[in-house]
Amino acid sequence: MATLWFWLVAIMISGYVVLDGFDLGAGIVHLLIARSDAEKRAVLASIGPVWDGNEVWLLAGGGTLYFAFPALYASSFSGFYLPLMIVLWLLIVRGISVEFRSHVVSPVWTPIWDAGFTGASLLLAIFYGAALGNVVRGVPLDASGAFFLPLWSDFNPASSGGILDWYTTLTGLAAFAALTMHGALWVRLKSPAPLAARAAAVVRAAWWLVVTLTLGITAASFGLQPHLYARFSEAPWGWLFPVIAVAGLLGVFLCKEPQTEFLAFLSSCAYLIGMLTSAAFGVYPMLLPASGDPKLSLTIANAAAAEQGLGIGLSWWIPGMILAGAYAVFTYRRFSGKLTLE
Amino acid sequence: MNSALAIDRLQFAFTVTFHYIFPQLTMGLALLIFVLKTMALRTGSAHYNNCARFWIKVFAINFVIGVVTGIPMEFQFGTNWSQFARLAGGVIGQPLALEGVYSFFLESTFLGLLVYGEKRMSARLHWFSSLALWIGSWLSGYFIIVTDAWMQHPVGYRVAANGMIELTSLRDVLLNHWALWQYAHNMIGAVVTGSFVMAALGAFYLLAGKHAEYARTFAGVGVIAGVIAMVLLIMPAGDRQGRMVTAYQPATLAAMEGLFQTAQGAPIVLIGQPDTDKMQLDNPIIVPNVLSFLTYRRWTAEVKGLRDFPKDDWPDNIPLLYFAYHIMVGLGTVLLAVMAVSAFLLWRGKLYASRPMLWLLLLMTPFPYIATTAGWLTAELGRQPWIIYGVMRTAAGMSARVSSGNGIFTLIGFMGLYMVLGILFLFLVWREIEHGPEEAGA
Repeated sequence: MATLWFWLVAIMISGYVVLDGFDLGAGIVHLLIARSDAEKRAVLASIGPVWDGNEVWLLAGGGTLYFAFPALYASSFSGFYLPLMIVLWLLIVRGISVEFRSHVVSPVWTPIWDAGFTGASLLLAIFYGAALGNVVRGVPLDASGAFFLPLWSDFNPASSGGILDWYTTLTGLAAFAALTMHGALWVRLKSPAPLAARAAAVVRAAWWLVVTLTLGITAASFGLQPHLYARFSEAPWGWLFPVIAVAGLLGVFLCKEPQTEFLAFLSSCAYLIGMLTSAAFGVYPMLLPASGDPKLSLTIANAAAAEQGLGIGLSWWIPGMILAGAYAVFTYRRFSGKLTLE
Repeated sequence: MNSALAIDRLQFAFTVTFHYIFPQLTMGLALLIFVLKTMALRTGSAHYNNCARFWIKVFAINFVIGVVTGIPMEFQFGTNWSQFARLAGGVIGQPLALEGVYSFFLESTFLGLLVYGEKRMSARLHWFSSLALWIGSWLSGYFIIVTDAWMQHPVGYRVAANGMIELTSLRDVLLNHWALWQYAHNMIGAVVTGSFVMAALGAFYLLAGKHAEYARTFAGVGVIAGVIAMVLLIMPAGDRQGRMVTAYQPATLAAMEGLFQTAQGAPIVLIGQPDTDKMQLDNPIIVPNVLSFLTYRRWTAEVKGLRDFPKDDWPDNIPLLYFAYHIMVGLGTVLLAVMAVSAFLLWRGKLYASRPMLWLLLLMTPFPYIATTAGWLTAELGRQPWIIYGVMRTAAGMSARVSSGNGIFTLIGFMGLYMVLGILFLFLVWREIEHGPEEAGA
């Protein structure tokens, strides 16, 4: 049962990253590729009807994590106190930037929200990547399952002294590159000619950065956490996940033509899902490794809620998520096709 | 008091109080927008559609701030209250996740249709979107009330040998009878806020001599909904909630009422200042026997005073609890009177021309907000010193490893950011009011 919920939570996090990922990415490239006000409005319109629904995946995923693995929720949210609070602030800035920009037409009003949209999206991508890096690297859990980390100390992952070290900074930058590519692919898909061409140029540049950083974090992860390799060798079917990621990267590279831009976006989704599930598979059955004594790690066994509650949860979670999926299909279908500049 | 604990409590109190300014209006307006859309569908008149479209704009601005200030609420259980989250997450995580899965997806989908989709869909489907939004926002309220009600009156759980609190029946948690009355009281309160805001804007336009046709609809719908809601808010919802406090949180009742001495035929206190050291009420103005009647329906029933509860189990901020409760009840009485007189004038056809009454309606705008805030302060201060009533103390629920320095840093951050949000909100809503409903119709 706990294993099932491990994968359900992993699916929700992947769903969040794939969906909110493209609107975060659209935010990152917003100032880079949209020059006129009409183009800026086009980028915003490409995410306008869906970004709020995408962000619901974070809330639904957070809630699911909360009741399925309360000890993990408690430990990680209090231990990553400062970055989490900063993420909340960035989500606030980003949400109001998207929604309030259009309320006043003025050359002093709109630049504030354009900067808020791009700045918050960019920092969020880096924070999310660094968070994932922290989960792989491990944190100094004590016997009660708690820890507290400052934002940074000596940037050395071996000492686990801070949330940002060279490794987690690297994973943060990798997430930034990946979501830049993902968002640019979305904007290319939704927008007309000059904007789409500029987005395509960003995709090409970001692709090389993604490949480089993916190789870098893969090597660093296996180097820092030998148990990852052990996990893949004892259950070789898990290589499927990295293969999905690699196939996704190749897909983005190959689908350069305008006719294949939807396929390119799907490839990028596959890349993100492949990377996240690879990390989940590699860490499993741990949820949050302890950097000191490995016996203090939070695992699916010691962090899950009681069986009965998990069973009850399943009975409403499955129909609820089917319903949520139906809303999403409905919304995206109504909203399909390219936007026009006005 | 350990200062990190005080800061954790202050941060939660501040962020949730600010947050709730927005959902109370969106939940109230969701119903009123549905009413306007229904009138538009039945009469086929463009007028009611224009009215609805204007309020959807106001709704949308509120909704954005409600969403962005709501996300921190779910996450603060983990950041600042991690020991509580670890032990009780298996229970209260469920209604919170239910809210995300069953309500937020629904709300975000249909708000999008309501705001952007009117030109591209049939009138009936647009009406249906307003229904779905109403259901979605009220469902969201339900799951939050269920969560709070479980902390007030825990049911459907057991405590395992290792101290973990485990869910045994989701049905019991969802149908907790504390939750049902608290929900009724809270949601009717939201309708009161929505009604007062709608009526006040109608009054404002009438006084300013603008948009007269729309103003009459706003004032009329607001006053009719408002007077119905005010009556239901007090009777049965408020009354039943008071009797639940009597039954399950007797020390809280005594503190709310400022009753130190156990009494048969206990009086109700209208005014007075509690002195918790001398255990007495200064300068009391009382009505004898009324508290006994309200709580037990017998004029001479015994009501236990604070002196008969161990001090350890007293709510830890009795004066604030006492005043919050009295402000809620006092304002509730005033708001009922204003709505009753307005409804009478409306019935006699004199409301729209009665400038003093329109001024009064306009000036009432802040008070439903103050009353709901005071009501929530009563509920949450009344629950103290427990985070889960009778099961876990508040002090045992905080994050042990988060220092007060980090807590103050984020508290100040929230205060600054929310001040900006508040200013932006007022500015943007004022612009919509200036533009008026005609422009919303164009």
